[in-house]
Amino acid sequence: MTAQTGVSHLSLFLIAALPFLGAVFPALLIRAGRNAAASAAGLTTFLALMGLLIHIPSVMRGEVVTARFDWIPALGLNANFMLDGLGFLFALLILGIGLLIILYARFYLSREDPMGQFYTYLLLFQGAMVGIVLSDNILLLLIFWELTSLSSFLLIGYWKHLPEGRQGARMALAVTGSGGLAMIAGMLILGNIVGSFDLSTILQNKELIQASPYYLPALILILLGCFTKSAQFPFHFWLPHAMAAPTPVSAYLHSATMVKAGLFLMARMWPVLAGTDAWFYIVATTGLVTMLIGACIALFKDDLKALLAFSTVSHLGLVTMLLGFGTKIAAVAAIFHIINHATFKAALFMTAGIVDHETGTRDIKRLGGLRHLMPITFTIGTIAALSMAGLPPLNGFLSKEMMLEETVHTTWLHSHYLVPGLALLAALFSAAYSFRFVSHVFFGPQRADYPTHPHDPPVGLWLAPGFLVVLVVLIGLNSKVIVGPLVAVVSSAVIGGEKLPYYSLKLWHGFTPALYMSAVATLGGLFLLSQHRRGEQLWNAIPRPEAKTIFDAVIRTLTMFSRWITDTLHNGVISRYAIIMITFTVGLGYYAFATGVIGPETRAPLPVQIIPVIGWICLVGATLAIMWFHRNRLLSLVLIGVVGLIVSMAFNYLSAPDLALTQISVEVVTMILLLLSLNFLPTDTPWDSSAARRWRDAGISVVAGIGSGALIYALMLRDFAFPTISEFHLANSYKGGGGTNVVNVILVDFRGFDTFGEIIVLGIAALVIFALTEAVLNSNVRGYLLNRKPHWPQSGDSHPLMMVVVTRMMMPIALMVGAYIFFRGHNQPGGGFIAGLIVAIAYLMQYMASGYTWAIERQRFYYHGTIGWGVLIAAATGIGAWFNDRPFLTSDFGYIHWPPLEEFEWATAILFDTGVFLAVLGAVMLALDSLSRFAWQPGMAQEFPMDINPLRDTPPDEEQEKEQV
Amino acid sequence: MEALVASAVGIMTAAGIFLILRRRTFPVILGLSLITYAVNVFLFATGRLALDAPAVLNKYEEVAYTDPLPQALVLTAIVISFGMTAVIVMIALSAYLSSKDDHIDMSAHDSVDATGEDA
Repeated sequence: MTAQTGVSHLSLFLIAALPFLGAVFPALLIRAGRNAAASAAGLTTFLALMGLLIHIPSVMRGEVVTARFDWIPALGLNANFMLDGLGFLFALLILGIGLLIILYARFYLSREDPMGQFYTYLLLFQGAMVGIVLSDNILLLLIFWELTSLSSFLLIGYWKHLPEGRQGARMALAVTGSGGLAMIAGMLILGNIVGSFDLSTILQNKELIQASPYYLPALILILLGCFTKSAQFPFHFWLPHAMAAPTPVSAYLHSATMVKAGLFLMARMWPVLAGTDAWFYIVATTGLVTMLIGACIALFKDDLKALLAFSTVSHLGLVTMLLGFGTKIAAVAAIFHIINHATFKAALFMTAGIVDHETGTRDIKRLGGLRHLMPITFTIGTIAALSMAGLPPLNGFLSKEMMLEETVHTTWLHSHYLVPGLALLAALFSAAYSFRFVSHVFFGPQRADYPTHPHDPPVGLWLAPGFLVVLVVLIGLNSKVIVGPLVAVVSSAVIGGEKLPYYSLKLWHGFTPALYMSAVATLGGLFLLSQHRRGEQLWNAIPRPEAKTIFDAVIRTLTMFSRWITDTLHNGVISRYAIIMITFTVGLGYYAFATGVIGPETRAPLPVQIIPVIGWICLVGATLAIMWFHRNRLLSLVLIGVVGLIVSMAFNYLSAPDLALTQISVEVVTMILLLLSLNFLPTDTPWDSSAARRWRDAGISVVAGIGSGALIYALMLRDFAFPTISEFHLANSYKGGGGTNVVNVILVDFRGFDTFGEIIVLGIAALVIFALTEAVLNSNVRGYLLNRKPHWPQSGDSHPLMMVVVTRMMMPIALMVGAYIFFRGHNQPGGGFIAGLIVAIAYLMQYMASGYTWAIERQRFYYHGTIGWGVLIAAATGIGAWFNDRPFLTSDFGYIHWPPLEEFEWATAILFDTGVFLAVLGAVMLALDSLSRFAWQPGMAQEFPMDINPLRDTPPDEEQEKEQV
Repeated sequence: MEALVASAVGIMTAAGIFLILRRRTFPVILGLSLITYAVNVFLFATGRLALDAPAVLNKYEEVAYTDPLPQALVLTAIVISFGMTAVIVMIALSAYLSSKDDHIDMSAHDSVDATGEDA
């Protein structure tokens, strides 16, 4: 394996990334018209295709182009890409046919269809597919694999108004998605066996993998993923239902690309997984059965797209079977057939789309006689269909010959005839439905009752299938020159770089068994076609399981089952959830206590002083009083304020001044918040639980309380079991972070990333509150709130003069305290969190003194913006470190001396702290502001900040009365 | 001293849990506040108690410092718990205003019939 130069590295990433990047443009450019959207999609695909074609020389030399990037090395997840022959072929199919489909879809979709959306989905899908075939890491591959499931869901359900589309999309997602889950498990097992998730490593460990006891489970799980994706029996049923998608989607996903992802993976894993009995019997048998069943059903389908869908199922089965044989020559045949099938089947889907588009129906029973009306379509469709039937000199003939030849050499459970016999039968059906496609659509008498008058479509629609059909003929006539080298390179990539077996891609091999079998298949196919009417009667008479009914029944049962589980466990009784959780936690704690050991006490307790004892008495007294009086809500709120106050004093006493400052300011805003809410809630809690229940709850609480108290008591009297990282913080706070207040330095520097996350969470909480308020105020609750009568009689002087004057005077002082606390935060207790709370309280005082309405009219900025700016400033500070080649949020500091000032210190952490400050301020204000809006009632607004003002001659009420007079 | 802190934590936890198990929204909110105090003090105390040793570096002499790490954790926890309390209060308030009912348990007629799958 040869690594390539830097240019190649880039372009492999670029090929995989281009469709994703380009997916933005159609969605945006659709405003500039449908041509702009289509061109953007086409150009993106074209660029990616060019990027791929640059690699032709090295790929044809048999080299492997790689691009490596360690993404999450701890998980073994690397964004490694590689391009070998196999990847190249599939990428070529994906991008090449993608380009044709983009052209076709531009003319196929109607004016009403949202085309920008279509191309965006299509490019997303394309990117995911390219990602699969270029991945050199199976975890990366799995990510792309799931992405194809998701994007194909969007594409299948593109016509959202059609119930079939929605159901088909859901079914496809359920089947391929669950297969994908199985595959994740399989891949993880595989990666564990080898000890690496890199494909190139895995592919070199055949013996190790096949000798492992986990080989079989891994094989089955991976194959489940492949079979569901490639619609192999018994998972084939989703593919026909996915045909509810627009035809370009069917042609792209369900003939050329997505369904081939399973085949790709089997081919990719072929060197390490194939060659065992398990592989042969699982893969080859599944392929054979699928091929036969698909061909058989296809013959009796009247919907053109359903016919093609089942024929695709059948052909996918064919390739699967060839891969399952496990011989090198069969692998060559499989590769060759993948190329051929992609060309003729995409052309056929597009033909079916044209017929549907021009005649208004896809029902074979309503078609016929179109050959003179649509000569171009007729030519394209016929050539492609004959190739599918396997007639010389078209490319389908070549690979079908090779397939039949291989079946002759295969024995299944000692039987020489079983595989060739069934394969012949499948080939016969295949010929029959291909002939039927041609004869029942194009031949026969012209009809008078087509839904619309058919004629050939504009060139944009037939150009893409026409191009493919030219390939069909050329490959058939001169395969050795056109695809010979490609097949050789791809095949050697599949079989793991070993020497290729002898084979020749030519039309005439002499009188071989395969030739006789082909002849029998063709003649038999013609015979079946002539007997179609009778065959159909017979087919309709046979009872057979309908896959969709079974699938629906299974889904319904599963839904009922999960609903039962949910309803039983999650019945809406929240107090029950709480009691289960608490009892479980207490039990867990007891288990740990009963089974663990506890070391001897190593720390002497601190002496008890009189002041802490008084504090303790207050705290415990308040807590017990809350229990006693909790039905009186206002009283219990006052008591909880006492508890908060004691807790903040305890923090201060126990050497945590920062915590004390934070706790006491949070206490103030929390109390305001709870008081505001109590305005709207009932004032008392009624007795509504029985005495027994209360005793039970009390029992649980006491046990939990004793447990947590005892735990912390035991903890406090012992030293750390392991050395802590606190020493590091103490030692480096000044040297590394430039601050002497270690707690603040930890917040803005050492653990800055945590703080960054926390201000975001706080901001989100505030926005949630705002959104809830909006939702409630827009509902019929608003009427109730506007007419609400307060619980308690209101004060006649709700905005008293003294309070207004005092808060007005305190405002600048409070702001200055906030600034002081903020700036000294890095070196002394304080900082952004505390300063934000203090400034918020300064504003809240204005709200309370002069009224919400008065304050809001003087507000110059929105709190949402404050939160946003806070987060952005914090992020920008962190990103600034990148420009100095440091990790995110690394801070820097230095000293400035501006005479005549004293020398002072600056640190980038102060910018980060500014972000914290703004986010906290905005969040607190937004939360309380939202709650205050509930209280708004008409007539509350007044132009004066206080009700009674000696400067005014008359109180406002009298003024109003005067005006009325 | 340790006994005082530990017993306070225990009592606040017990009271908080008892209130959380009530069936109206307001006592549950109070209970959560009490538990928040208990948990914050608990976390703070895992740094072990120290008197007159704030984690503010003294440039001039060698002094003992308390463990700063739990303090930093608890500081953000206090602020976040305000956010959490505010959200819960709003949810409780909205629920009460919309249904005139402040039970935390869903009554039988509240359960919405599962919407069927689309056709």
